[in-house]
Amino acid sequence: MHLKYESQLREPLVSGNKTYHQVTEDIIRPIEAKPSRLWYIGFYIAVALLCFGIYSIYRDVTYGIGQWNLNKTIGWGWDITNFVWWVGIGHAGTLISAILLLFRQGWRTGVNRAAEAMTIFAVMCAGQFPIWHMGRVWMAFFVLPYPNTRGPLWVNFNSPLLWDVFAISTYFTVSLLFWYSGLLPDLATVRDRAFTKLRKRLYGIASFGWSGSTKHWQRHESLSLVLAGLSTPLVLSVHTIVSFDFATSVVPGWHTTIFPPYFVAGAIFSGFAMVQTLMVIIRKVFEMEDYITMGHIEAMNKVIVLTGSIVGIAYLTELFMGWYSQNKYEGYTFWYSRAYLFSPYGWSYWGMMACNVLSPQIFWFRKMRRNLFVTFFMSIIVNIGMWFERFVIIVTSLYRDYLPSSWSVYYSPSIWEIGFYAGTFGLFFTCFFLFAKYFPVIAVAEIKYVLKTSGESFKDNMGHIEAESLETFVHEQAHAH
Amino acid sequence: MAKKKFVVGCFDDEAVLFPAVKKVRSAGYKIHDVYTPFAVHGLDHAMGLRETSLHTAGFIYGITGTSTALGCISWILAKDWPLNFGGKPHFALPAWIPITFELTVLFAAVGMVLTFCYLCQIAPFVKKHHFHARATDDLFVMVIECTEKTNVDDLKSFLSNNGAIETDVQIAEAGWWLGRYDQDELPFENKQTVAA
Repeated sequence: MHLKYESQLREPLVSGNKTYHQVTEDIIRPIEAKPSRLWYIGFYIAVALLCFGIYSIYRDVTYGIGQWNLNKTIGWGWDITNFVWWVGIGHAGTLISAILLLFRQGWRTGVNRAAEAMTIFAVMCAGQFPIWHMGRVWMAFFVLPYPNTRGPLWVNFNSPLLWDVFAISTYFTVSLLFWYSGLLPDLATVRDRAFTKLRKRLYGIASFGWSGSTKHWQRHESLSLVLAGLSTPLVLSVHTIVSFDFATSVVPGWHTTIFPPYFVAGAIFSGFAMVQTLMVIIRKVFEMEDYITMGHIEAMNKVIVLTGSIVGIAYLTELFMGWYSQNKYEGYTFWYSRAYLFSPYGWSYWGMMACNVLSPQIFWFRKMRRNLFVTFFMSIIVNIGMWFERFVIIVTSLYRDYLPSSWSVYYSPSIWEIGFYAGTFGLFFTCFFLFAKYFPVIAVAEIKYVLKTSGESFKDNMGHIEAESLETFVHEQAHAH
Repeated sequence: MAKKKFVVGCFDDEAVLFPAVKKVRSAGYKIHDVYTPFAVHGLDHAMGLRETSLHTAGFIYGITGTSTALGCISWILAKDWPLNFGGKPHFALPAWIPITFELTVLFAAVGMVLTFCYLCQIAPFVKKHHFHARATDDLFVMVIECTEKTNVDDLKSFLSNNGAIETDVQIAEAGWWLGRYDQDELPFENKQTVAA
């Protein structure tokens, strides 16, 4: 039910003296204005990276993935690391929009739109890696189960890699639907106040003729709620299935039952860090400080310190089990290949520990959670750390396998592996810059919905309720329409 | 769809809108719709709309997904082309749970969104008559359908007395048509003139 009253103790979700119209003005204005110089610079850098990525992929397809430095034991290197990293980042958007919707967290309204967009772009980037790693990418459709002339030889439904195909494509589709159905009313807002013909026409097409009818809103609410309910187990299942790619194997360091919850916590951790990176920039560039308040930033930092600590516990549990299992291979992987600083890849393990477990602890302090510079800096650190985590899991488990004669080669990526990764950054930021220019970066209708309960100027009018006796309060709230 | 005559009342505060909706209904007028810039909770009840059954549709789509996945996979792996994967059973139900779950969610989500679009009659290139441009900005626009008995002036003053800041009368198409938002005319209006 609609909460008519919110305690004054709670920080307002929208600061400043806003009316409904002012909310529309503030959020839609960047779409109608010419983009700033900063936007062009950022956009061209992103496009340049994207072009380099496309060239790297062109080479991958032409010369084969032999141009990557994969070797006898490391058959998955940067590509799978980047895949898991991007998928992980793609978890925050749906978490914010779905799980926080079910938990009735009002602060999600300020950040959900941009976070969902980020999710979609991150999943698009993630999808590139398994696709181009196929080498003969023109055979990619072989992963689809369809009646064929090869037997018919079907795909293996018992394989975690096929589960991944279904999980990632379902996740992408559902996130896209969730995001776009939420966008419809806001696109209609842009349409109805457009003063150029082209904008009116294009947003008219994009908004599907949305009118704001009460019946439509009622269905829209039902749709959002059910999609949130579906997305909540979906978001948990996706990274669980990604972790199954490793956990169902018999490679030491991968063959671990804690992988699913540990991967999900890590995904939320890195996803929130990426949301922070983007939010700090957006609120500055588009002057959205009234909508993405310090309260929002602080709430996300709390999630970061929580999930960072869960990930930390998982690392320690793995180390403990490496010793407690008394399995020589597990012990070697965890205590030599990873935790021993002077082993060939020891630096990556300790880099991961420093970035993911130690440094986020700074967010136990309120002053640090509410410091923009610290937040921005930490959001980058966390994403570096989470990249290292995947690198550690993949490379340190593989580079010394059961056959010492294949150990010799030290794996470091070729320029085309790096180029491919840089290209996905290009794709991500190209999409994000276009999104920030052409779509409302904050959910206008949802902000209006919380405005009268959580807006700064409206909260003050609730003072008399704070002084009421409990009986009067209960009586009044129970009869709110 | 035929054109109809409507009386439009605009409100700028939902606290004024609610009592107005009640009064208009009890006075016996037929509310065509109320257009709001965001989801105003409780307005559907105040207008006497029934609950949507969209979620029931979602449930049915979900079950369809579950049975599609289980049916297809078991037919493929246990009957059509049984393969030996490391000596494991052909009917390996636990290993099929992930895909079954994913297809359940996929069917439910896609089905629900399509049903939502169908029920609301919204799609790309669809155009509707919008009674007030600020209905997606900051106004709550109540639209009342006129019958031959309706006294338009009475109704307008009735709305104003109940807090409407703006009232007018519009003759408009109630359905949708394929059209462009940068052009105002109805595409099939010309045909009607020719026929007449």
